[in-house]
Amino acid sequence: MTAQSPASAGERLTDGPAPALLRAALDAASEAVVLCGSADDTIVLVNAAAQALVPGLAAGATAAEGPLPGLAGEESFTSRYRGRDLQGHRRALGDDHYAWYLRDRTEEVARADALRAERARAAFLADAGRRLSSSLHQGRCLRITAELAVAHLADAALVVLPAEHRQSQWVRLIAGGTLEEGTLREQSLTSVPGLVEALGGFPPIPSRWLDASQAPEWLLPGAFGPIGALLVTPLPGNAEPAGALILARRGTGATFTPDDEILARVFAARAGAALSAAGLYRDQVDTTAVLQADLLPPELPRPEGIELSGSYQAARGSLRIGGDFYDVFGPTDDSPETVIALGDVCGQGPEAAVLTGKVRQTLRALRLVDAAPATMLRVLNRALLESGRRHRFVTMVVGSVSRADHGRVRLELATGGHPAPLVLRDDGTVEEVPVSGTLIGAFARTVVRPAEVELAPGELCLLYSDGLTEARGGPSGDELFGEARLHDALTECRGLPGAATLERVRQLVSDWVHGGIHDDIAMLAVRAPARTPLSLRNGDRTTSPFAIDARRPDRRRPRS
Amino acid sequence: MSVAARRPLDDPGLADEFLRVIGDGDEYAAVDMVTSLLDDGVPAQRIMIDLIARTQARVGDLWAANQWSVAREHAATAISERALGALAARTNVKPSRGRVTIACVDGEWHALPTRILAEMLRLDGWRVDFLGANVPGPHLITHLHQTGPDVVALSCMIATRLPRAHAAITACRAAGVPVIAGGRGFGPGGRYAQHLGADAWAAGAEEAVRRLARNWPPHNQDAPLAAHLGDDEYTYVVRHRPELISTAMKRLAEAYPTMREYNQRQRDATAEDMAHIVDFLAAALYVSETAVFTDFVTWTEGVLRARGVPPVALRVGLQTIQDQLRDYPAATAILASGAARIPA
Repeated sequence: MTAQSPASAGERLTDGPAPALLRAALDAASEAVVLCGSADDTIVLVNAAAQALVPGLAAGATAAEGPLPGLAGEESFTSRYRGRDLQGHRRALGDDHYAWYLRDRTEEVARADALRAERARAAFLADAGRRLSSSLHQGRCLRITAELAVAHLADAALVVLPAEHRQSQWVRLIAGGTLEEGTLREQSLTSVPGLVEALGGFPPIPSRWLDASQAPEWLLPGAFGPIGALLVTPLPGNAEPAGALILARRGTGATFTPDDEILARVFAARAGAALSAAGLYRDQVDTTAVLQADLLPPELPRPEGIELSGSYQAARGSLRIGGDFYDVFGPTDDSPETVIALGDVCGQGPEAAVLTGKVRQTLRALRLVDAAPATMLRVLNRALLESGRRHRFVTMVVGSVSRADHGRVRLELATGGHPAPLVLRDDGTVEEVPVSGTLIGAFARTVVRPAEVELAPGELCLLYSDGLTEARGGPSGDELFGEARLHDALTECRGLPGAATLERVRQLVSDWVHGGIHDDIAMLAVRAPARTPLSLRNGDRTTSPFAIDARRPDRRRPRS
Repeated sequence: MSVAARRPLDDPGLADEFLRVIGDGDEYAAVDMVTSLLDDGVPAQRIMIDLIARTQARVGDLWAANQWSVAREHAATAISERALGALAARTNVKPSRGRVTIACVDGEWHALPTRILAEMLRLDGWRVDFLGANVPGPHLITHLHQTGPDVVALSCMIATRLPRAHAAITACRAAGVPVIAGGRGFGPGGRYAQHLGADAWAAGAEEAVRRLARNWPPHNQDAPLAAHLGDDEYTYVVRHRPELISTAMKRLAEAYPTMREYNQRQRDATAEDMAHIVDFLAAALYVSETAVFTDFVTWTEGVLRARGVPPVALRVGLQTIQDQLRDYPAATAILASGAARIPA
């Protein structure tokens, strides 16, 4: 301390009793002051406030030997004395004396500690809220709960879910370790003190009543060491517990204070809410998955000598199911033909999806009685009309596919109000199949004019829904993709496998709309497999069906 | 057993033969080649990386050099996928690591590299969900909530998809799942990946497998997301994309009367080229990296040169866009840097 003190101006303090005025002035001050002589560190004067703060201090004693060892220092100290937090500053008073100014910081320290603890709690709960709300997946919520608990509340955490089918799922994390998961039998739950109560929805039992030594051996691995304190908190859920959180602290002296228990309950409330939301979501997903299973595009059969490929894109934001569909029924013992269908029911979303399910089921049955495509459409029309629900119509193509001689494939096709299928010939030309027919499910009388086509090896027939040609985009953002572009795209795909052709068309449309499609797009391609290009085996590349590069038109560019 | 099987994997003749069979669309021969190698004891990973992936890179080069048509490139890719599928069907590994979701960003169609990554990770003991090409962001996030993976591997091969990649990365991380990015679209050394908030980046499938095998999840999982991306110039360019393109088309038609004789295909192709210029400009503005645009110009210039298109065509294209963006200094500067890359 270099500050000028009041006594440095020349007034000399003697070794005798301090002047009465000085004593009176210091006693009246609220700050605790201890005056000492520099020569031998003897206390000269202890004012009233110092006397009250540290009763053991007395004039005449050596400062360092009193109850405050900090007085032996040269500058300042903080120490705890009789449950109070004291802070002392030493200041020189001239050459011969110095004084200790003492302050009681007990409440200040307590406030600071409380503030720090409160901040840590707030940060922990904010972190917990953010991380727990991030996922709707139950497994992840379990893991996040364990991670947060170990980071902020305990040395080890175990989250136990209520038993299902007499098995209880758990997740365990020990500080510094990796997450473990497993299941245990329902009857094992009773061996953990307080766990059955927590899973039963009862209020938590205070930690001090739980005997940590009663914890079963399986609860924590032996390497964890003796459990000092155990806390079992319910994870509240949707009117029934979402699970229980078991916290453990290591070492014999460890405890969970009442504050710790409150914090654990607040945290458990958030974790429980997240877990039960994830549980609800999982139930929904499971239900939807069951319903979707019959509505999603089918896995395609691979009939001998016929190459089938399908592609289905649901409009953005939907359930990946919608109004467009395709289906393929492979050959059966009774009929050697493969039946294909692609359609578009009016509307979108779940309602449309349910109707597609009905239509597909009807077709499956009709196929078993060996109905021709045109007959299928007529029967389907009557079935839909008689179902009594108005404004439920569908446009579709049905075809029966069979093998012909020399690797050719024959298709008999019929449509009801649907875009005519396209045929990509070997020379790159694209033809529309001359079929026509009225909407299915709209009029009592339908007109269906079927047609037959034959595909030579390498040729392809494409069935598609109008979402493809009516996709809006392009440079203006509002132009239809249109049939001309589809024809061009197909021409470019001459000789490609069916799957690659569909992929190419999908890509072109996606680029065209420059963003998500707004209507479902379904495509189904039937192709007569190309024969193995024997001529290629000796490396003669020019005869490759893909070697069209030489004839490729130049890039269309303004030339200068 | 085919003759090819007797050759070691590093025989260049083997790679040439594989290129030839996939180029001919000969699925049987391609599958036979890879399964014979596997039977000879070559690890599946080496076949995927050293044969299939390398050959696929050559396919891309052949297209860029105008030696292969788009159709042939697609056919070859389809055959490569079948060969990969055959390898996958013959190798079975018990999952011993976490679960990973692999997806190509929305609008991204190069699925083969990610499919190879999927198989490599599966062989390394990961449980893999492969979502394929062109995965819209909402579908990806729905999948995350339904399956709860430990990591998302996101591929972006073309820089124009960076804004969508950013949206996907942000959403994945908000859902608490760290992201490893991959693909050329993230720039040299993956520098845009970090900028967009990805937790890690890998140059290829092998590096991704190594990166995920160690030190995963990354420690800075809760690091704040990347700073603000995209500014008013980006917004202007994206919102006025249709006008920018159609005005450019009009000006080109005025300057080059022959364009009026173009048929729809030719007009579409020119409009598509203009759209690419605008889209790469937008991406460059989004990540504030001129290199996104200049790299595109250099690459396009090479592709056009291989097709006999004079460089002036590209320069005129840039100019027509630049003329419409006089009030936007960053965009103008980027376009000028691009034009400077075109040889006179």
